[in-house]
Amino acid sequence: MPELHFPWLETSILVPLLGAFCVWLLGSGENSMRCAIGVCLTTFLLTLGELIDFVRLNAFEAHDHWPYVEWVFHQDIFVVDELSAFLLPLNALIYLVTVMSTLRIKAPRFSLTWALVSESILLATFSCRASWVLVGLLIAATIPPFVELKQRDRCTRVYVFHMGIFIGLLVTGWAWLQFVEMTSDAVLIPGALLTGAALIRSGICPLHLWITDLYEKATFGTAILFTTPLVGAYAVMRFVLPIAPSWGLQSIALLSLFTALYAGAMSLVQTEARRLFCFLLLSQSSLVLVGLELVNPIGLTGALCVWLSVGVAITGFGITLRCIESRISRISLADFHGLYRQMPMLAGFFVLTGLASIGFPGTAGFVGMQLLIVGCVEIFPIGGALVVVAAALCGIAVMLAYFRVFTGRDYPTLIPMRARPVEKASVLALSLLIIFGGLIPQPSVASRYHAAKELSRQRQINPITHDDELEKEVTFEFFEPEESIVPPAKEELSDSEEVRKHVP
Amino acid sequence: MLFESTFQMLGTAVVVSPPILLALLGFSALFGRPLSEASIARLTQAAVLFSLIPAICILVLMLITGERYISIELGNWVKIPEQDYYFHLKFIFDRLSIPFSILSCVLCGVVGVFTRRYLHREEGYRRFFLLYALFFCGMVTSSLAGTIETLFVGWELVGLSSALLVAYFQQRENPVRNGQRVWTIYRLSDAGFMIAAITMHHLSGKGDFGGLMSSGGWPDGQAALTSGQALFVGTLLLIAAAGKSALFPFSGWLPRAMEGPTPSSAIFYGALSVHLGAYLLLRVSPIFGQSLVLQIMVISLGVISTTVGAIMSRVQSDVKTSLAFASLTQVGMIVIEIGLGLPYLALIHIIGHASLRTMQLLRAPSLLRDCETMENAMGMRLPRGSLAWTKYLPSPVRNWAYRVGFDRGFMDAMLDKGLVRPFVAIFQTFDRWERATTDMISREPSRESDKAELHPESTGRVA
Repeated sequence: MPELHFPWLETSILVPLLGAFCVWLLGSGENSMRCAIGVCLTTFLLTLGELIDFVRLNAFEAHDHWPYVEWVFHQDIFVVDELSAFLLPLNALIYLVTVMSTLRIKAPRFSLTWALVSESILLATFSCRASWVLVGLLIAATIPPFVELKQRDRCTRVYVFHMGIFIGLLVTGWAWLQFVEMTSDAVLIPGALLTGAALIRSGICPLHLWITDLYEKATFGTAILFTTPLVGAYAVMRFVLPIAPSWGLQSIALLSLFTALYAGAMSLVQTEARRLFCFLLLSQSSLVLVGLELVNPIGLTGALCVWLSVGVAITGFGITLRCIESRISRISLADFHGLYRQMPMLAGFFVLTGLASIGFPGTAGFVGMQLLIVGCVEIFPIGGALVVVAAALCGIAVMLAYFRVFTGRDYPTLIPMRARPVEKASVLALSLLIIFGGLIPQPSVASRYHAAKELSRQRQINPITHDDELEKEVTFEFFEPEESIVPPAKEELSDSEEVRKHVP
Repeated sequence: MLFESTFQMLGTAVVVSPPILLALLGFSALFGRPLSEASIARLTQAAVLFSLIPAICILVLMLITGERYISIELGNWVKIPEQDYYFHLKFIFDRLSIPFSILSCVLCGVVGVFTRRYLHREEGYRRFFLLYALFFCGMVTSSLAGTIETLFVGWELVGLSSALLVAYFQQRENPVRNGQRVWTIYRLSDAGFMIAAITMHHLSGKGDFGGLMSSGGWPDGQAALTSGQALFVGTLLLIAAAGKSALFPFSGWLPRAMEGPTPSSAIFYGALSVHLGAYLLLRVSPIFGQSLVLQIMVISLGVISTTVGAIMSRVQSDVKTSLAFASLTQVGMIVIEIGLGLPYLALIHIIGHASLRTMQLLRAPSLLRDCETMENAMGMRLPRGSLAWTKYLPSPVRNWAYRVGFDRGFMDAMLDKGLVRPFVAIFQTFDRWERATTDMISREPSRESDKAELHPESTGRVA
């Protein structure tokens, strides 16, 4: 396997972990905030370095140079591939801007230590492929929000109930999968369990109540950090995509499409901004899942593009709401607040990120959404139309929120509410990403198509997931495949041991 | 060769100038470095001129050389050759786009100059010009688009700027509610456009208008679609056009849009935006020839819109609303012309009507003064016009027509009652079910969001 030129992955996982320790030592003062921002920035730069290094390698996957975890555990755990290479900096960026936009007065409620611990877990998760380690990391990631809910004396029943089922299904499914032949139909049962786990984590309707509940009870920052990286979608990619037959994935796509529509419509009847944001996020993340499960390269490309754009845009939208909430407390949408005069820059950013999250032309999500719809039309034409309707509902919700929060009357106060320099910096960084990502989409689309093709090719290895139509449609010409992922000849596929070696 | 490169250069100038203006105004706002009023006005004028003059030059060159179709290729914005997916940035200058783009530039220029004084020292001056730049960019992109996806991009920019300008006076609730309504109708009708665009792309392999027409340029082309396909795509485009041009049953937003400042009313709802739907129908008019049913639908939509527009415009009590409905009447007639296969007449009608309506709307604030001046000059009251034949109508019919006109065709009420309320009721029920489920699992009230506070004035904390 090709090697990066620096242990980017392991260092980027270790830095926030060490940072968490430092922040814990520093307590909750100004210094701890500076330290947390510094750690997040360093982590982001490391993940960016990983991305650049990986792109320059021109390989499908690579592992760290001097992999010190491997020296200790004698196992190559952290690997970056075309799927995760772009997601690692994205997730680090989500943490960076969320921590940057945290007001000092919020420090006692929003634990920076736990935020950094969860960043470390998240980056490790996205650097890991299907294995017990990934299962463990997915379980570990559920702990920080639980701790926060407990510390805030909030009821954890809804969260524990859903996460309990998630963990149960995940562990059972993965354990079961170890004892079945990858080429036999027996794989369908553990596959269904793993799918169930991934769908709960993604908040697919009607298993989404834990997300709305989390947004109600946790701090906004923690809720954003736990939900916007779309870990559920990643679990689908790692656990379900390699073993689920096309019909199975397309059935999940229908469920995701229903969720996208339902959440889009629900966002219109919400009377509080956090809940509206939560349903917007659910709708958009479900659209990503729709694309991922279409099992055609164009839809998959669209979904991977939308994943990136939604990650940036919806986080931006969330932190804007969080900035406003930190100034005027929870925002009711039953009334107009007229905050435009107080915070014109945040108002502009609110519209920009909101529209970008629904794939408005000229923003980063537009092309991805187009590809997603085209991919969907190829599989089921009515599905394509429903994706458009879901996006339209979300678009209406975004502007509804804008009008309610920023217009309609004046907000009489002498307290300055303008964005702080750090907030401005985070807002500007995301804005530029959204705008330039929208103006120059080809590099991102090309790389995502490349990844989609490779993921499709890996599915062709397993007879359960093999798709004749796909084979006709896609020609694998870009890469010289690595030895470990060379698809075996069809005659060899009967040998289950041989196949097990190749299925991720 | 010389002409080709000249066309390429001039065409690029026409297309690129509005986005540059948008970028300048947008980035200055984004970075918190607002430009002065004078700089904004000068930049706006320069951008309009840099679009208008090259467009006129292209027209002159086309007349000299006899060329009737020039395409400006800016390459593929996105391409996945293996999947045969291309998002082609192509702009065309033909007998339809040239007049429409020149019209857009001229009217945008006039309104820009007017607004410079009209909104002088207003708080929202910069916001207006930012949205104006967005609109200008959208109009030029839509009118010159060579592919349906490019047209969609421009179409959406026009929609966003329109909705935000309706809510320009954002310290009041009413304009904001109206802006939200306009945006909602645009989004839903634009969904039709999006689906049509994807379907056309799917059917013809690319969204190129040239690819869609198997032979000939506008308006002589033959659509490369079957009758059923034409009916499906055409119906979706008709919904999109009805939303954008406020045709029946979406006309309710048109008077609401008059809440915006006069210049935006003039340019959006009197002149350009309201004709964009008709322009779309003109651009794809060869499709209508493929399906008689579709043609009948287009004509019917035009007839109904004209009729309700005429009735409503006669009973309005303020000049801007009356002019808005008068615009609707004319747009309905333009749609009838398109349905009847008279594209040149429709195009001339658009140009004439847009220019007249801009002038009327810009003069609207001083209408009373104008009337008084005329009456003083005549030495008598202005004669009140009325249709002679209306007196032959039975009284109940006249009363009914008055009620219909006064209540704006009950269109808003119809949409609210038939669509919005059931939709909201259904999803509020789901919301209650969700609340009940989480309350049951939590064994306590689970929604902290219920405590979210209203605006200080609503709660009585601030007088």
